[in-house]
Amino acid sequence: MTGPLDKPNETRMSQIQSSHNPPKQRSRRKVLAISSRGGHWVQLLRLRPAFGKVDVTFVTTKAEYKSMVEGARFRVVCEATRKQKLRMIWLLGQIFWILLAERPTAIVTTGAAPGYLAIRLGKLFGVKTLWLDSIGNAEELSLSGRLAAKHADCTLTQWSHLASPGVVDFRGAVV
Amino acid sequence: MIFITVGDMDPFDRMIKTIDLWLAEHPTSEKVIAQIGAGIYQPKHCDFVPFLTPNEFQKTFEQARVVISHAGTGTIITALVMSKPIVVFPKRASLGEQRNDHQLAVVRHFQRSKSIVFAETEVELSRVLDRVFNPDGNENFAVNDVASWPVDESLIQFVEGFVS
Repeated sequence: MTGPLDKPNETRMSQIQSSHNPPKQRSRRKVLAISSRGGHWVQLLRLRPAFGKVDVTFVTTKAEYKSMVEGARFRVVCEATRKQKLRMIWLLGQIFWILLAERPTAIVTTGAAPGYLAIRLGKLFGVKTLWLDSIGNAEELSLSGRLAAKHADCTLTQWSHLASPGVVDFRGAVV
Repeated sequence: MIFITVGDMDPFDRMIKTIDLWLAEHPTSEKVIAQIGAGIYQPKHCDFVPFLTPNEFQKTFEQARVVISHAGTGTIITALVMSKPIVVFPKRASLGEQRNDHQLAVVRHFQRSKSIVFAETEVELSRVLDRVFNPDGNENFAVNDVASWPVDESLIQFVEGFVS
């Protein structure tokens, strides 16, 4: 579970590049890595080596998980199941606010509700979105994964037999 | 020490109750800690706690001789990463414990690992407990040849490329 720690980039690349790019342009990519608690979160953390060259902000539904991603930015959102409409709306608002504040260039999620909402809202912001379906879904894509696949730029399954070219890809698994 | 966990999501009273009833009939001097989540059933024959912080969870996991768990991916991955012997007892959709029987599929995927012991029914779980608590039976749960389960490099490279 312990991935290499993100090393903050000491050099201020933004200052170097600002003479060439418009001031709003960000030099370092910003990733929002978001999931609900439990297995989704453990799988999201397994992707941490992929975030070595970017600024990553982790978002989940359990405040105590902050200690698992020391050195990275961390935010908490509320928990909502598909039956809890009010909480779902509140969650939507929280994610909207986080996207406004963080302005990520990419969103990576392992599910479930927070990831789906982040992908829907992320599209409005023009953010690249990646859904990695949980390894727990071995017989079919999760319900939220099937919904997300309609909107995400890229949808991955962790089971080769569930891949369907052009819709859901298989690139490997977290274990 | 034996660590029983239902994970951070839904409770799993059926598992906690099965183990508690087994412990009632087979008193043990070994410490048994159960993390029961929001479960209603409170075990009488072992220590229990609703939730643990990530640090506490990690520490308890490390100290445990054997972990007994629902077939949640988080716990299974943690066990594999730590080379910890684990007994998994999947939740059932037919009993309203899950929306679908994905935990059975998870178990089938991980069954090739020698560090995972799979109990499908309460009776099977009780039989596995006989082995777990049998002082001579620990070899059954020794993990000398556990395969390493790293994250696939191809997946990391793909995600890295996607976000850059």
